[in-house]
Amino acid sequence: MSTNFGSKRLVVGAHYGTRDWLSQRVTAVLMALFTVVLLVQVLLPGPMGYYKWAGIFASQWMKVLTFVVIVSLALHAWVGVRDIWMDYVKPAGVRLALQVFSIVWLLGCAGWAVQVIWRL
Amino acid sequence: MANTLKERPVYRNIHVSQIVAYRLPPAGIVSILHRVSGALMFLLLPFVIWLFDNSLTSEISFDRFSSVFSSGLGFLPGWFVKLVCLGLIWGYLHHFIAGVRHLWMDMTHSVTKEQGHSSAIITLALSALLTVALGAKLFGLF
Repeated sequence: MSTNFGSKRLVVGAHYGTRDWLSQRVTAVLMALFTVVLLVQVLLPGPMGYYKWAGIFASQWMKVLTFVVIVSLALHAWVGVRDIWMDYVKPAGVRLALQVFSIVWLLGCAGWAVQVIWRL
Repeated sequence: MANTLKERPVYRNIHVSQIVAYRLPPAGIVSILHRVSGALMFLLLPFVIWLFDNSLTSEISFDRFSSVFSSGLGFLPGWFVKLVCLGLIWGYLHHFIAGVRHLWMDMTHSVTKEQGHSSAIITLALSALLTVALGAKLFGLF
């Protein structure tokens, strides 16, 4: 880690957002892979209905994978939505309020989605 | 004495009212739609999880999930729910394909003007085409 305090702190150049940039891409790849895994199971032969659909999410590995994707989605959306607020909303108070709203929104949604997969 | 200070152009941020007058290249359209589709999915996240919840919890809730598309949700008619879902389908497809375009550009350094132009057109065409196909399925055209 580069020093981010005192007289030796890094005040120029890139890499401030590298971690966010990388996490957004890693989470995107995870979600894309999940999409493929889900799509393959949906397209497997058999009539589509409650039993096939619920069966897909019944296995423990699929629950774990879905959980990873829920967390990924929250992180990915946080980076993206924060970018939107930082680009368009200049007053610090309003921006902070919107960022807090985004965190509450995403954490709430993530909690609900996790409950859906693990109460079955 | 002649004024030697030249009038320099001043560039300020674009005002909202000026945005419509800007003609974006395809890559610019893909970029702003990437953001729009992301914001759309962020705002509709509770609705998606509500659908996910009802589709999985029980057979009874699965029927409720299915009937939303025919008999509607609360005061919203079924066709409106389908329209919202079509918006989400487009949002997901566009965001997905534009995202893969980003990853492809990052990994292969395909960042020339021509590559950006052609891949942007491919992104727009592919997401529109798949949205039309899935939309036709959603509205029961086949």
